Amino acid sequence: MAEVLVYVDHVDGAVRKPTLELLTLARRIGEPVAVALGSGAENTASALAEHGAVKVLTADAPEFADYLVVPKVDAVQAAYESVSPAAVLFPSSAEGKEIAARLAVRIGSGIITDAVDLEAGDEGPVATQSVFAAAFTTKSRVSKGTPVITVKPNSAAVEAAPAAGAVEALEVSFSEQATGTKVVSRTPRESTGRPELTEAAIVVSGGRGVGGAENFPVVEALADSLGAAVGASRAAVDAGWYPHTSQVGQTGKTVSPQLYIAAGISGAIQHRAGMQTSKTIVAVNKDAEAPIFDLVDYGVVGDLFEVVPQLTEEVKTRKG
Amino acid sequence: MSLRIVVCVKYVPDATGDRRFADDLTVDRDEVDGLLSELDEYAVEQALQIADEADDAEITVLTVGPEDAKDALRKALSMGADKAVHVEDDDLHGTDALGTSLVLAKAIEKTGYDLVVCGMASTDGTMGVLPAMLAERLGVPQVSLLSEVSVEDGTVKGRRDGDTATEQLEARLPAVVSVTDQSGEARYPSFKGIMAAKKKPVESWDLEDLEIEADEVGLEGAWTAVDGATERPARTAGTIVKDEGEGGKQLAEFLAGQKFI
Ligand SMILES: Cc1cc2nc3c(=O)[nH]c(=O)nc-3n(C[C@H](O)[C@H](O)[C@H](O)COP(=O)(O)OP(=O)(O)OC[C@H]3O[C@@H](n4cnc5c(N)ncnc54)[C@H](O)[C@@H]3O)c2cc1C
Ligand SMILES: Cc1cc2nc3c(=O)[nH]c(=O)nc-3n(C[C@H](O)[C@H](O)[C@H](O)COP(=O)(O)OP(=O)(O)OC[C@H]3O[C@@H](n4cnc5c(N)ncnc54)[C@H](O)[C@@H]3O)c2cc1C
Repeated sequence: MAEVLVYVDHVDGAVRKPTLELLTLARRIGEPVAVALGSGAENTASALAEHGAVKVLTADAPEFADYLVVPKVDAVQAAYESVSPAAVLFPSSAEGKEIAARLAVRIGSGIITDAVDLEAGDEGPVATQSVFAAAFTTKSRVSKGTPVITVKPNSAAVEAAPAAGAVEALEVSFSEQATGTKVVSRTPRESTGRPELTEAAIVVSGGRGVGGAENFPVVEALADSLGAAVGASRAAVDAGWYPHTSQVGQTGKTVSPQLYIAAGISGAIQHRAGMQTSKTIVAVNKDAEAPIFDLVDYGVVGDLFEVVPQLTEEVKTRKG
Repeated sequence: MSLRIVVCVKYVPDATGDRRFADDLTVDRDEVDGLLSELDEYAVEQALQIADEADDAEITVLTVGPEDAKDALRKALSMGADKAVHVEDDDLHGTDALGTSLVLAKAIEKTGYDLVVCGMASTDGTMGVLPAMLAERLGVPQVSLLSEVSVEDGTVKGRRDGDTATEQLEARLPAVVSVTDQSGEARYPSFKGIMAAKKKPVESWDLEDLEIEADEVGLEGAWTAVDGATERPARTAGTIVKDEGEGGKQLAEFLAGQKFI
């Protein structure tokens, strides 16, 4: 069976969920071979093996952390050359896309980004994309070279499928380009303790209607009662009420949770681009004409400061 | 010594219009008005600010696109860019990311550059891959997704706000930079700017000028193929209630029914 390279997104050895989803999708096309780079790479092996990786190629070197993107491209290219895979899959993170982009140029292969599903086809893997702010669904494939595909988080349910997961050291020689962009400093983001926005099953977002940073705890309290992640519209982010990393939309994160709750958000096309594929959509807005109501499964026309706290209380009561 | 800045700008269908696909599964550009991708306005703005800080700088805006794409160039010129290059050729219809990066890289090399500035992603394809591809093709550093950028003494510095960390980056010129919508509001063209733009030079190049064969680009030469595009079915109308004091409880009832609580 053909091998499929899967790029591993991990933090010090802790594999992030989108990678496990990738392994699930990769098994539809072939046998997953994982590539894990940087500090803690070897510690990813057991989680990857549990989810179907037949082999885990690992490499660590200071270059991976000290310089931007290119050292990782060199490593993935080395893996590509040693495996000759049927496809190379990446998570659709900023870094995943950039590594994929450069690899595609190097190996002369087509690239598809932001796939939301993947299947085996007669002429290679077929990717489903959700485009134009999710107004259209397309099916596409790579027609020249080895398919390079990036996949959005929440595109598949993670399935366990124990495999060998044999760890092998990957030989990497860095290109001249590798040290071109220095990472002078890196400040890790403080954890909120809440689920990761793109991975969460429930997302509660606040918009301009929240009215100020001092009111965001209303949104956070609902999120916490549901075990949800907190998102924000660009209006709320631009006003400085919530960090940009929480922005949902075209220039923020795309989320595709089971449940999306929008509070005080009008539903502009750029916001919809980031949440329209959510399974169930709920909105609270005092304007009955707000476009967000065109999308909802359930909408409440009302003041969020009345509706949301009441909902939070009710959730807490019902959950005991 | 003059700092040569090339800003890559894309002409895209207006996102607030009814965007759709044509019969050949490329973007239908006839039905919807086009404009300069809003995210590329940020790139033009940062280029203008970098040029202001430099002793001497020249900004060229570059687009690969159909006839109408000149509108995007005009907008960038009216914001303050100095000159424009339009790569236009019937054989470019249907070009994918790999092909676009090839054409842009050749045009950038032909223009000459010290710094290439791109947006973070186009508002139509939204791939966010072109800047990395350009850096790869040009063989220069990539300093991408910056929310803050500056150039001094032949070095570009910037801040990248990632998912898990904020990074300070640094590279020697020549380099390819991309900037996010957090980099600072783009200016509006002034009346003077709009008038001045009419006199600024717009050069038109075709594939032959760039020594690219027709079969390397376009729908025929594409590295990817779109086999189908279907409109997402409209969502079935949901339940909408007016809050009469029980809105939160009614919502909780709905969520419980859906097994979220
Ligand atoms: C290139 C580009 C990229 C963009 N990217 C994004 C993006 O990634 N994400 C994004 O979100 N936007 C993005 N935008 C901005 C987008 O166009 C909208 O401006 C933005 O989404 C509006 O945010 P909002 O819904 O919070 O604010 P508004 O549109 O002002 O809506 C606020 C809503 O709150 C309601 N409201 C007010 N008070 C209350 C109350 N007490 N109770 C209940 N409801 C109340 C109002 O009725 C209104 O509907 C982008 C724009 C551009 C041009
Ligand atoms: C809905 C949709 C989905 C697509 N999916 C794919 C796909 O999966 N694979 C694929 O290979 N192609 C795809 N394409 C084609 C692709 O969008 C174009 O080839 C495009 O020019 C490059 O990708 P992008 O627009 O997403 O650019 P991005 O990488 O998002 O653009 C980043 C920056 O590059 C610069 N730039 C991009 N295009 C141009 C241009 N023509 N002229 C000047 N500067 C430019 C701008 O500075 C821009 O801000 C898709 C197109 C559409 C409309």
